[in-house]
Amino acid sequence: MNSSLLAWIVRAVPFGTIIMFGAMGEIATEKSGNLNLGVPGIMYLGGFAGFASAYLYEKNSPNPQVAVCVILALICCIAASMAGGLIYSFLTVTLRANQNVTGLALTIFGKGMANFFGVYLLNGASYTAAPMAYSAFSAKLFPAEKMGILGETVFGYGWLVYVAIIMAVVFHFVLFRSRLGLNLRSVGENPATADADGISVTRYKYLATCIGAGISGLGGLYYVLDYNKGIWATTGQIEALGWLAVALVIFTTWKPLNAIWGAFLFGFLYWLYQFLPDMLGLKVKTYVSDIIQMVPYVVTIVVLIVVSMRKKKENQPPASLGLSYFREDR
Amino acid sequence: MENAIELRGVTKTFGLITANKNVSMDIRRGEILALLGENGSGKTTLMNMLGGIYFPDRGEIFVKGKQVEITSPKDSYHLGIGMVHQHFKLVDVFTAAENIALGLEEKGRFNLNAVKAKARDICDRYGFDLNLDQKVYNMSVSQKQTLEIVKVLYRGADILILDEPTAVLTPQETDKLFAVIRNMRADDKSVVIITHKLKEVLEISDRVTILRKGEVIGTVNTKEATESSLTEMMVGEKVELNINRIPPVNPKKRIEVKHLTIVDEQNVRVLEDVSFDVMGGEIFGIAGISGNGQKELLEAIAGLQKCEPDSSIKYFAGEKADQEMNLLGMTPKAIRDMGIGMAFVPEDRLGMGLVGSMDMVDNMMLKTYDNGRGIVVDRSIPRRRAEMIRKKLGVVTPGLSTPVSRLSGGNVQKVLVGRELASNPTVLMTAYAVRGLDINTSYTIYNLLNDEKKKGVAVIYVGEELDVLLELCDRILVLCGGRVNGILDARKTTKEEVGLLMTNLQERRQA
Repeated sequence: MNSSLLAWIVRAVPFGTIIMFGAMGEIATEKSGNLNLGVPGIMYLGGFAGFASAYLYEKNSPNPQVAVCVILALICCIAASMAGGLIYSFLTVTLRANQNVTGLALTIFGKGMANFFGVYLLNGASYTAAPMAYSAFSAKLFPAEKMGILGETVFGYGWLVYVAIIMAVVFHFVLFRSRLGLNLRSVGENPATADADGISVTRYKYLATCIGAGISGLGGLYYVLDYNKGIWATTGQIEALGWLAVALVIFTTWKPLNAIWGAFLFGFLYWLYQFLPDMLGLKVKTYVSDIIQMVPYVVTIVVLIVVSMRKKKENQPPASLGLSYFREDR
Repeated sequence: MENAIELRGVTKTFGLITANKNVSMDIRRGEILALLGENGSGKTTLMNMLGGIYFPDRGEIFVKGKQVEITSPKDSYHLGIGMVHQHFKLVDVFTAAENIALGLEEKGRFNLNAVKAKARDICDRYGFDLNLDQKVYNMSVSQKQTLEIVKVLYRGADILILDEPTAVLTPQETDKLFAVIRNMRADDKSVVIITHKLKEVLEISDRVTILRKGEVIGTVNTKEATESSLTEMMVGEKVELNINRIPPVNPKKRIEVKHLTIVDEQNVRVLEDVSFDVMGGEIFGIAGISGNGQKELLEAIAGLQKCEPDSSIKYFAGEKADQEMNLLGMTPKAIRDMGIGMAFVPEDRLGMGLVGSMDMVDNMMLKTYDNGRGIVVDRSIPRRRAEMIRKKLGVVTPGLSTPVSRLSGGNVQKVLVGRELASNPTVLMTAYAVRGLDINTSYTIYNLLNDEKKKGVAVIYVGEELDVLLELCDRILVLCGGRVNGILDARKTTKEEVGLLMTNLQERRQA
């Protein structure tokens, strides 16, 4: 196989995994009717909390254990992300604040929090690393070296990649085959109906948003501790990924199974600027590659247009997305 | 007979408005009880307290002899109370069966097939006609209603509350519904029907409880009631239920529609080769089962619809109606600029007619927004106009600055009709002007239309109650499948003839 294509795949899949987590979490959230634009902020919170806990543990423990390091990072990541989701739910569900404004504020808040506390970890340096966490999170599940090309392109990634795929499949079944999923979807479609049928709209919205935030946060964790080789630096990279995750939600038409291939497709399109010219033996200027990097967004807009033109009800966003619900409203 | 539900001294207020005041009433087992009252008399609010949507401020509720507190819809259905709301509570993208399964607390694995089997049993038992695999967005209004009723029965409801169940049904569908309701009574269930249609009350109910301004006026046995006795209780005074129809004075052709054809987005011909004239000084009725092109027809005249090329819509202006003006392809503003007074009361009051979140004054300005000068909004003229409408039509509102969406349906309609009439139109088009309105308001509207007719206005009245069409209009056009299926003299035709034309398309005569 062409070596640039190979390198492209190996780059695209981990990249896709970051936004797959982000998008799955947001699908869960949006299916409850909450449009949480705080995904980038939540990914910051999750990524930073995961990194900071692993980093501090590695640095301060006299005898650090790999298992403890992994579990600690996961717990801190999920807890911090869910806290972000909780803030969002409290503001939009209980206080019925505007969802768009709240979400955007959460993005700014999450990024600010991560970079603010990051200063203490960086201690003046431009970056800092957690090598143990990196080796633990990039550990391969399969004996990829012995499997040739398949080992490189399919089985050669850190274990969170496979967790993401399994999660998407499980999520699909929960959403479309279980009573829980039916109830959740009804809350996002028509909360008044769900309420009249005895489904607690508030509880579903809170749970879906917080659990969704926890899943989105894993994307941040995966980015820092695997994709970025366990290195924390103050950059805006996570935010760009967060927005891409939000775009991916629209691209999937709110279906977790589509998030699997959609995420990888986005990964390919995102890295198109680097690998395609290589493959074709072309040389492109930097500004051209900057333009090419927007292809995933363009694809999302095209999908949005096609979906809204075909008017298939099943592919539309949840009907009450972005609206708060109050029983005695009239 | 045992009481299924007893209400004792129930009171509910919303801010300054008292929706229900000290209400006490009984619902017996195995009876059909009609809850009758004007718009805003608190019928729906009262029943919503049984449905768990609202919680009473004061008072006691007994279900099957036991005092209960209903704090949520869930409590309500645990008590065997099932409520079918006027605005259906269904999820559009779900199938019928999925909607039934929503929120069920059955133990064990989720099994949609089991839900379907049980739902089918219910359908067979009471004679419902329902496809359980159909998506709700593909259903007609009557199918959705059927689904709602099956849904509450599935939950084991033995007390059913139906809020205005016939408001959107055709006469045939209403008959079907009543047959099913009688089956339910035979099965010892209690059925409460919230309505303001007297004929239906007399046809189906066993007893009638009448509400006026949030209070119970009394309960009577239907057998001992008449239309006028019920009206008197409902309104509190004797109401003349007559429409005073005068022959058209000096009619002149104002509107001429020829070969009007409209093709919608799905490439369906919603109107095909429609031709007719409307005279000034007459009320021109349009009958037809809803969705047969009425909406598109009015919108075409108002300048809101794209028509096929060989259509023609003309307006004749002037004292002698001899100045011909083309209306086809004009925007509403262009029509206004031509000096044509076109008033339109659309079916969708808060969607097309008024802006719900704006108050009466601002809604007045929607029609006259380009009359002002300068950059500062002058509200004094629209405020005077709003005040006048409020007094003349008796709009019940806490104040002129209350958003119109807070008003009850009847009052919203009064605001809209009032605004349209205040512009001194020469053409007045109304679509379902009295839909959802109580009898008193309805007759107010009929009288207003008759006043306009006397002034020489060309009135187009799209209606659904045939009795009213026959009494109010001078001529009736019957639409069927987007075609003109006959234009009848309202004084000579019968309800049966119109009904037949509504449902059976006549063979087109060869010209």
